[in-house]
Amino acid sequence: MNDELKYLLARTAQGKYNRRAFLGKAGALGITAVAANTMLSSAAHAAGPVRGGTLSIGLGGGESTNSLDPAAATSQVIFNILRQSGENLVNVSPSGEIDFRLAESIESTADAKTWSFKIRKGVEFHNGKTLTPEDVLATLERHSNEESKSGALGIMQGIESMRVDGDSVEVTLTTPNADLPFLMADYHLVIQPNGGMDDPTAGIFTGPYAITVNEPGVRYVGERFANYWDDSIGHFDTVETLVINDATARSAALQSGQVQMINQVDPNVAGLLDRSPGLSVRNVSGRGHYVFIMHCDTAPFDNNDLRLALKYAINREEMVEKILSGYGSIGNDIPINAAYPLFDDTIAQRTYDPEKAAFHYKKSGHDGSPIILRTADGAFPGAVDAAALFQQSAAAAGIPLEIKREPNDGYWSEVWNKQPFCASYWSGRPVQDQMYSTAYTTGADWNDTRFFNDTFDGIVLEARSELDLVKRKALYSEAAMLVRDEGGVICPMFNDFVEGVRDDIAGWEADPNLEMMNGFAAVKCWKA
Amino acid sequence: MHPILKLIAQRLALSILLLFAASALIFVGTQILPGDVAQSILGQSATEQSLANLREELGLNEPALTRYFSWLGGVMHGDLGTALTNGADIATSLGSRLSNTMFLAFWAAFISVPLAIFLGLLSVRYRDRWPDKLISAVTLTSISIPEFLISYILMYFVSVKLGWFSSVAMINDSMSFGEKLSAIALPVIVLTLVVLAQMMRMTRAAILNVMQSAYIETAELKGLSSFNVIAKHAFPNAISPIVNVVMLNLAYLVVGVVVVEVVFVYPGMGQYLVDHVSKRDVPVVQACGLIFAAVYIGLNLVADVVSILANPKLRHPK
Repeated sequence: MNDELKYLLARTAQGKYNRRAFLGKAGALGITAVAANTMLSSAAHAAGPVRGGTLSIGLGGGESTNSLDPAAATSQVIFNILRQSGENLVNVSPSGEIDFRLAESIESTADAKTWSFKIRKGVEFHNGKTLTPEDVLATLERHSNEESKSGALGIMQGIESMRVDGDSVEVTLTTPNADLPFLMADYHLVIQPNGGMDDPTAGIFTGPYAITVNEPGVRYVGERFANYWDDSIGHFDTVETLVINDATARSAALQSGQVQMINQVDPNVAGLLDRSPGLSVRNVSGRGHYVFIMHCDTAPFDNNDLRLALKYAINREEMVEKILSGYGSIGNDIPINAAYPLFDDTIAQRTYDPEKAAFHYKKSGHDGSPIILRTADGAFPGAVDAAALFQQSAAAAGIPLEIKREPNDGYWSEVWNKQPFCASYWSGRPVQDQMYSTAYTTGADWNDTRFFNDTFDGIVLEARSELDLVKRKALYSEAAMLVRDEGGVICPMFNDFVEGVRDDIAGWEADPNLEMMNGFAAVKCWKA
Repeated sequence: MHPILKLIAQRLALSILLLFAASALIFVGTQILPGDVAQSILGQSATEQSLANLREELGLNEPALTRYFSWLGGVMHGDLGTALTNGADIATSLGSRLSNTMFLAFWAAFISVPLAIFLGLLSVRYRDRWPDKLISAVTLTSISIPEFLISYILMYFVSVKLGWFSSVAMINDSMSFGEKLSAIALPVIVLTLVVLAQMMRMTRAAILNVMQSAYIETAELKGLSSFNVIAKHAFPNAISPIVNVVMLNLAYLVVGVVVVEVVFVYPGMGQYLVDHVSKRDVPVVQACGLIFAAVYIGLNLVADVVSILANPKLRHPK
């Protein structure tokens, strides 16, 4: 690269020179457009964040029934809006470490039972009120309250008492939990003035962008909050979020440049989209996984041999290739993968084995009647096709699966967690403990496999209070083996987050936590 | 009372009764659907405890009839209530959605109705010759392709490739009139293509039907130009069926455009209704249902009245 081009590259990256003109010059020097774009985006990264401009994001997963109440947040769009405009005590960084936000520091007693969160000073809410530890306490109380309808109620149930102690909020748990700080990063637990007790849907938070337009199911606009405490993030003047639920419309909007980022790119078209000029498709392997769940306490699935037979009868590679078009990785019948800290990668990978499947099927003594698998498109993208693939690979092992297709509407209320064998998905949790204690321990609210195993419960409980990481890793490995060999979950694949980003956006980073850089795309990116 | 007025009054009374019946049907329909609003709001993240809490808060523990009548009572007083799902005032959110839908429907009708009638007249004038065949072929093709496919095709060529119009037809109050028109260009084209064929063919068929009459022959024998015969003698007598099909298509433009709204991300009534149906948000579904029913019934009423007025037998009772 000659000096002039180098100079222009730097200027373009800083936004002081026209992008197209730069690409033109690069082209004249024989550099391909793809290479020039790559140069530009790495230069933009190197140049560091630039303040200003407008970001438009097109997101699938929003409805006109949505509200800004963090406790009621279940849609992808609201999750992203809360990340843009709100803040938690802590975040989990892309590498899985605690990133202190409204909590300045965290201390715990040696038994991991009492935790103290020191609350940051000088933080202002969008309505001008100053953040106090009382606001934090009220927020936590609202989500853990017995009358709460919060989506975070499940993770807040282990709390015995809470109080304000000077600048800190002190939380005492009923049982020790070494992972408590990670739980505070749950997107429902956005800190609100007076905990949102007065008006939970007001959209008043402490985040980098203050919400100025709130049209549920249509669009949201956030303006940079002038008194935001952290200068290192929140680079755009304005962030506009458009709700575009139709996948084709979403990619068209990205291609025509109406939006600069989109979520949930259909894996089937990701390769094609990536070839369009001016944009690229990014994928991150996360913790989300697609599953088939069997109730361990309901016939015929109360027979472990039958469960093993079905686990051996699924072709994981084929699923990843055909259902996810390669945008994912194979699962091992445990809900944990390498995206989790303390993951044990020495556990042997289970593979498709019709002979073993047939052996266990025979041993189970099943009468040969069809095993009914319920599925719906809404269970996960491609669930109906995945069930059909499963049916074929199981048939090769002599196991008769019968697919029953259910309507999307009402799937989560009528089929999931009610019928003994169905397709479902999990978006994963920040730490192993939370994943296990949400869905696999005996008392868990969402134990959708009806896996009741005292040994397993004991191991999870022990690991939760174990502060020694080596011992903890060993415990989680044991727990994983139990789920893998005796549990009711068939986990063939982990899905990637597949997103589209235009070239004029810099700062994109791979974050395995949740989609759109854990929701922080608008907070961490900038205009190149 | 003049028989025409009496007829109209009867139709009006019947329409109001129909509206009540529609609201009752919608309510029953939403009750039959599996799950309730609490279950739908919480979705996969529902726990027994949070479900019970939410049901209590939303008043779902009341009997269904009580909820229906308290809702109906509110509507009588002009109070549509608040959405169960997000607590938003229904009248406010519905107002802007309805005006968006009307805006889109108006411009689609503004282009498609005159165009359809003109094309219909044209194809009668050149019956069985190439203009007639071309018009039929084009309109029949466009109506035979699913809406979403036409939308995607237009989106790809006009928006992504040529960059003329935006693929996201999202309009809001801060946009100027011209910006709004440009934003809705693509959905208007799609809707026009979708409703054109039916109206055009009905116009053609109705006029051809009249053309068999003896008085048309008289007009032709008088030596009038063929376009004059069609426009001045045949068309007025074919108004009734044409108005009927036009009204049906106008109703479709208001209540049936969900697919187009979704594809072009247009903030109209259709998507709003669908979202709330899937969440079992009964008050909103009821309100939307009532409006849709009112539009349908109202437009049919207009079609009936026009037919009555166009019918000399009723206009001059013996």
